[in-house]
Amino acid sequence: MRKTYDFHGGIHPPENKHQSVRTPIADAGIPPQLTVPLSQHIGAPAHPVVSIGDHVLKGQVIAEARGFVSVPKHAPSSGSVIAIEDRLIAHPSGHLAPCIVIATDGKDEWLQRQIPPDYQALKKTELIDLIRNAGIAGMGGAGFPSSVKLSVKEGTHIETLIINGTECEPYITADDILMRERADQIIEGTKILRHIIAPQETLIGVENNKPEGLAALRAAAEGTGIEIVEFPTKYPSGGEKQLIEIITGKQVPSGGLPSQVGVVCQNLGSAVAIYEAVVLGHPLISRITTVTGESVREPQNFQVLIGTPMRYLLEKAGYEAQKNNRLIMGGPMMGFTVPDSDVPIVKTTNCLLAPTESELPTPPPAQACIRCGLCAEACPVSLLPQQMFWFAQSKELEKLEEHNLFDCIECGACSYACPSNIPLVQYYRASKAEIVHLQHEHEKSEHSRIRFEARQERLDQAADEKEAKRAARKQAAEARAQQADGGAEDPIQAAIERAQAKKAAQQASGASTVSELERLEQAVVTTRKRLDTASTKLDQATAEGSDLVSALQLGVDKTRAKLEVAEQALQEFQQTPTVAPVEDSPTNAAQAAIEKAMAARASEAALSPSEKAQVQLEKLQQRLQKSQDTLARSRENGEDEKVIEALEASVARLTEKISAAQDQRNAGENA
Amino acid sequence: MIDLLLQYPLIAALLTLVGLAAVFGALLGFAAVRFKTEGNPIADEINNILPQTQCGQCGYPGCRPYAEAIVNGEDINKCPPGGEAGINALADLLDVEPIPLDEEHGEEKLAPAVAFIREDECIGCTKCIQACPVDAILGAAKQMHTVIASECTGCDLCVEPCPVDCIDMLREEESLQSWHWQLPDPISRRADVIASDASADESSQDRAA
Repeated sequence: MRKTYDFHGGIHPPENKHQSVRTPIADAGIPPQLTVPLSQHIGAPAHPVVSIGDHVLKGQVIAEARGFVSVPKHAPSSGSVIAIEDRLIAHPSGHLAPCIVIATDGKDEWLQRQIPPDYQALKKTELIDLIRNAGIAGMGGAGFPSSVKLSVKEGTHIETLIINGTECEPYITADDILMRERADQIIEGTKILRHIIAPQETLIGVENNKPEGLAALRAAAEGTGIEIVEFPTKYPSGGEKQLIEIITGKQVPSGGLPSQVGVVCQNLGSAVAIYEAVVLGHPLISRITTVTGESVREPQNFQVLIGTPMRYLLEKAGYEAQKNNRLIMGGPMMGFTVPDSDVPIVKTTNCLLAPTESELPTPPPAQACIRCGLCAEACPVSLLPQQMFWFAQSKELEKLEEHNLFDCIECGACSYACPSNIPLVQYYRASKAEIVHLQHEHEKSEHSRIRFEARQERLDQAADEKEAKRAARKQAAEARAQQADGGAEDPIQAAIERAQAKKAAQQASGASTVSELERLEQAVVTTRKRLDTASTKLDQATAEGSDLVSALQLGVDKTRAKLEVAEQALQEFQQTPTVAPVEDSPTNAAQAAIEKAMAARASEAALSPSEKAQVQLEKLQQRLQKSQDTLARSRENGEDEKVIEALEASVARLTEKISAAQDQRNAGENA
Repeated sequence: MIDLLLQYPLIAALLTLVGLAAVFGALLGFAAVRFKTEGNPIADEINNILPQTQCGQCGYPGCRPYAEAIVNGEDINKCPPGGEAGINALADLLDVEPIPLDEEHGEEKLAPAVAFIREDECIGCTKCIQACPVDAILGAAKQMHTVIASECTGCDLCVEPCPVDCIDMLREEESLQSWHWQLPDPISRRADVIASDASADESSQDRAA
């Protein structure tokens, strides 16, 4: 007989287990509809791989795992997918979650099953993949994917593998009935786990309030080297860390994992699921669920398909809804009230408790804390619940963390022990959530700060660069101005000089008749080229049905006209090759223009500001007159609308300019 | 030399003191250079408490400038996103009395919001991109813009510059992931009600009805 240890605290609530173990496991059958939530485990929700209307077979993957901490979902029975939508699930929040709804066809037709090879021949990683692909998540309560738990880091030495058959919470008998009826499967599943983990010793821990189960297990474990450890009943000995302490005497450090003390724990139900997956090739599509409480006439254990509505299962057990005050998923200590009896059974539903008001009364109003310390005596993790209660009330979150709030396993022993009926666990749950929320917020604000600072830096840098460029431009302009001081006096002078130089060059080269001919020929060639490109563009635009067709058409026509003119000119020139050169006139015109400009500049320089403004004004008025004439002409000729609009706009601009010039002149006169 | 010192202990004492002063002076001088703190550590701590929404509701262009203003004597109640909790934390840090939030700068919002651009209405003007203090808006000129929801601080600064009003501030709905347990309702724990009080309450209510 192995020596067992005791852990601090604990309570002895009424067990109420005998009601549901009087009859063997019953098959709940196939309900008309199965609702499979995509997230039944801790970690990332699975991703659906079927669509509405698909026919699915029993055991077919309907949703794939996403990420490392995730498991796939399988169709619990054959039928067709009728909805993939948000449905109410068993969660204390009453929120909706994505589910795949299957209308069953009653045939329960299996997918072609692949019986895996003998597990002894498989490698550790292959076995873990097999377990993951079978969708196995911890069936004790939290639903942590078993494959993750089994993937112990390389180099971690595991001394002990513990199968948790404690089932310490009142009312629940799902594991008890498994031990009584399927001890062989438990032992087989344990052997597979032993093969994966390769520990020095393999133990199954069971409380001494299950003598039949213990006897069955002992008989099945005969000669396998698996030891069955029996220890006194106390709540919450089924907590992972508590069980490790009971069996090995070692305490898992605060915030640590069992593997740190060389232990891996698995639930007894998970061991059976692993047996079914590895030996039979069944994915996890059904489980044992206890239906109990005074509101059901025949409390018993059911083999039930995942996704079965709770109401369907309750009715199988003779549910009397009017007697039931609230429906609880899980046990009376750690379970929660489900929002509606239509929510589906999930992989973690070990118990459905439908008590009457007299059986599990609504808690009376809480009284003041009298600092009796009973909660501290009951706490299995040796925390100071009364102290944490004060901190939670006054929201002193830092102090709560200092008092190791996160080691609280939310077992509810303190609330049970409290003579003032204070819902202590709820304070801790809320405070934990608040701390996590604040941490997230702080992380986010830190992230925003970094982004803000990065942006600020970038903007500063851009401003600096702009400033540097501006300075460089200014310097360059100054340098140019200095240079200009030595050279040409101003741009007009420079332009005149350029024009004169050009003319001189032209004269020097001697504008012969040959070059004139060349020029004309060149003009014809370029115009033809332009006509070609314009026509292609027009064709393209017509093909595409663009808005630009009319404009392009206009362009083509104009170019064609130009081409004709050019060709005519060329012909004329060729016909009269000895025509007298009329080069005098352009030379004279240029000369005249230069002279005019110089005269204008000279006269301008002599004028006073107001006179200048006057001149400007007159010029503008002349331009206005001209524009108005053009506008009137185009109107008469019925030109294109766009042309008229443009002309009107230019008239308006000129009018504006005139009024501005008038203002300027007036100002000049006043001065 | 030693004879002189022995003859005049006063000189010995003076020399010792001067020596000590020189040594410690050098030490302090070295420490001042070697362990010099960059920036203002109090402003950093205040900035850590501020929510970093960079919304400018306090009247400063970002959280950091407000933190620096607080160091220079600005009131601590001008940050609506930080709310009461933020003011309390600042009051704790600076050891002053907490004061209620200055309503002039806005009200504390209960749920965080995220900007959302109605994409078919966006004309791609980039004005919101320039307004965003944390570069949470993605887009280019004449291209549709969109908000990177995880980077958005919900500061509202992009809403006003939008010429076509296509930005909505969406409140984050509570979801299965964001749900968490609430503290027990204090009203349901009326600790000081005794049986006779409760019945008296009820009868008075009955009479009133």
